[in-house]
Amino acid sequence: MLRFSRSKIIATVGIILIGLLLAVPSMMSREQRQAYLNAIPGWVPSWLVPSRAIVLGLDLQGGSHVLLEVDNQDLLRGQITLLRDDVRRILRDTRVSSQNGIQTVQRGVQIRVPDAADRDRLLPRLRELSQPTGNAMLGQTGGNTIEINTNPDGVITLTYTEAGISERVRRAVDQSIEVVRRRIDATGTTEPSIQRQGADRVLVQVPGLQDPQQLKALLGETGNLEFRLLAQQGATDVDLLPMDDQGGQRVPVERRVIAEGGDLTDAQPAFDTQTNQPIVNFRFNIRGAQRFGQATTENLGRQLAIVLDNRVISAPTIQSPITGGSGQISGSFTVEQVNNLAVLLRSGALPAKLTIVEERTVGPGLGRDSIEAGKMATYVAAIFVIIFMFATYGLFGLFANIALLVHVGLIFGLMSVLEATLTLPGIAGIVLTIGTAVDSNVLIYERIREEVRSGRSIVSGIQAGFDRAFATIVDSNSTMAIAAVILFFLGSGPVRGFAVVFILGILTTVLTAVTLTRMMIALWYHWMRPKALPF
Amino acid sequence: MRLVRLWPENSHFDFMRFRRWSFPLSAVISILTALMLVTIGLNFGIDFRGGTLMEIQAKSGQANVAQIRQTAEGFGFGDVEVQEFGTAGEVSLRFPIQPGGEAGQTAVVQKARDTFSAEYDFRRVETVGPRVSGELVQSGTIGVVLSVIAVLFYLWFRFERELAMASIIGTLHDIVLTIGFFVITRHEFNMTSIAAILTIVGYSLNETVVVFDRTRELMRRYKTMPAEELLNLSINNTMSRTIMTATTTALSLLALVLFGGQAIQGFAQVMLFGVVICTYSAICISTPMLIYIGLRGSEAAKVPEGRAAAAE
Repeated sequence: MLRFSRSKIIATVGIILIGLLLAVPSMMSREQRQAYLNAIPGWVPSWLVPSRAIVLGLDLQGGSHVLLEVDNQDLLRGQITLLRDDVRRILRDTRVSSQNGIQTVQRGVQIRVPDAADRDRLLPRLRELSQPTGNAMLGQTGGNTIEINTNPDGVITLTYTEAGISERVRRAVDQSIEVVRRRIDATGTTEPSIQRQGADRVLVQVPGLQDPQQLKALLGETGNLEFRLLAQQGATDVDLLPMDDQGGQRVPVERRVIAEGGDLTDAQPAFDTQTNQPIVNFRFNIRGAQRFGQATTENLGRQLAIVLDNRVISAPTIQSPITGGSGQISGSFTVEQVNNLAVLLRSGALPAKLTIVEERTVGPGLGRDSIEAGKMATYVAAIFVIIFMFATYGLFGLFANIALLVHVGLIFGLMSVLEATLTLPGIAGIVLTIGTAVDSNVLIYERIREEVRSGRSIVSGIQAGFDRAFATIVDSNSTMAIAAVILFFLGSGPVRGFAVVFILGILTTVLTAVTLTRMMIALWYHWMRPKALPF
Repeated sequence: MRLVRLWPENSHFDFMRFRRWSFPLSAVISILTALMLVTIGLNFGIDFRGGTLMEIQAKSGQANVAQIRQTAEGFGFGDVEVQEFGTAGEVSLRFPIQPGGEAGQTAVVQKARDTFSAEYDFRRVETVGPRVSGELVQSGTIGVVLSVIAVLFYLWFRFERELAMASIIGTLHDIVLTIGFFVITRHEFNMTSIAAILTIVGYSLNETVVVFDRTRELMRRYKTMPAEELLNLSINNTMSRTIMTATTTALSLLALVLFGGQAIQGFAQVMLFGVVICTYSAICISTPMLIYIGLRGSEAAKVPEGRAAAAE
């Protein structure tokens, strides 16, 4: 029988009202939302107040999306240098010498120790370099970070294993996220979102940022600072590094590092009191201060080399021993450069270079226009469909239209609770849902019409219409859902926004087109006792 | 009040007759699409091809396209595609992918910003490096293939083998024709296009499933009715619903084409085309296909071996 019990009515209407209420915060501007939350009296428990809102995607609110990738090659190079230093230290400690020094090979280093006794002393120490990969506490051990091979000629090869490299990459991404966050926070940017993506990527999203140039400049530098000495005539252990002051001309710099970025406790941009040039003031920690003090005392009159990412950015002459633990970096810098430099030094060095692999920036004007156009399209689509449904099904069309409006409201409500992101394709999804949501109503109505035409009474026709159409509704919505779910897992950003809307739309349509419509029709039948269908 | 009826009640139209021209027509179009896909190809957007896309708008409201083109070609970043669109002096510039891997791409944006930002607002800047575009191609392809497989599984669970086969043919047909639409209209093919294709897959299936649900129901009711007659009846019974849903969906997509703005217009046009094609293929391709596949193939096979033997 076409009956809808009172408790069922209350439940249906209740669920729908709650769903619609959830959408309320999303309809307000940020300030309105704050005012509204403040206006709620304190005794109301917070879980009773809908406070979550839909997040606008960067394509709608404007902003910058930058995808960075940890440079694996750079990282590996750095690791091999570390390995080299370790091996050199062990050779020295054990007093073993390698016949042809330490050779760099692909993914590792190689030494040659023909004497078996020497090798036996050396190998246990070398093995200590290798660490188990994976988290031992969780019982995940998948081998070691370094593989050590010896051949009969006495050639010992130490190479990073695949697992060792990927673990290092994973750690590098974690470290990079921290460094990137510190750097971006230092620029005073509001609400950046910084997340890991995939194995070796970091996604940075900054709403409202129009020109990511400064951001890119900040993230493009590794920020590896070293204090070394310019080499004297005839020195052998040197690197040839480009020097900023001399138009990038290469100068010899001693390999030995006196102090490095990690030894700094603070760095601030400032102006030189005498020349009025922009400079960076810095302060060392105790270890750095000691080493720096000693080195400046021993090398009075020589030139220091301040090296940033393998570039000599400044080479001041040591006038007097610097033992106070603080100093300044001066050079031909602009104000912006010293600001960036100070941020780089404060936030620490990245474990490896970050490369920008994708950048998408939308200006605020385009975002606003897209929202306006989206709203317009949504209203027009709703009006088209509402008129058409009413013209076709009369009163029943009106029921379908009410269900349609509730349906759109519920999508917004669900998106608010999930704090889902609304993107431009998402708006397209909403518009499309307006067209497809009434499909369930159409299926039901056409079936009812058919059943009544074949001789059933109104009541049993309506009943049969709902029952028989239901299987088809489930089928037709499942097929749409399959496509939407795949899209959700595959797409990213805007496209995923479309999938979210579509999936939620499919879920709510069952509630609105089936349950809500059925309730309205049942009540209508109960009150009017009609003799014929109104369409 | 007189209500609108788009389709007469109780129709007895002979839809199966259409197959005499719809099959050859669709076959020819599909082959043409395949040929065009090989010869002309899709107009891949930067998502899949990599490169840089910029949309700039003249602050004066009047863009000098010729000058922009000349300046941009002078950058030495390869062939630039410069296009004016909209009415408010909006111009899009598309630079090909630059040599030098991921790092090579940033110079383009820098140069363009330095050059044009005095007179133009930068409304959109997108750079996709070679690695990301490669991955997007991969995930786009996987998406389409996976959706077809997932749909196959669904149909396999829900329907008899014959019905499943017929509807998957219809769905493939719709994918092919949609790709043909992309080739002919030169619409940019990017990640949103994949979303459009997947949605069309869903809609296409939706259309056939509604008809086939009815076919199955009628098969149980009229056990001896010839296939052609039964299929005609299925379509006639569901035709008013098919037309209603196609109309409401098309109307909302039309609103999107007309008012949705430039960024979403392409997507909406493709979807609109898709709705028309899906409706056509459900009626003129998938359903008549069952005449050839054999509607009661499995049942006919089962009856003599299994049930008939047991009955004797």
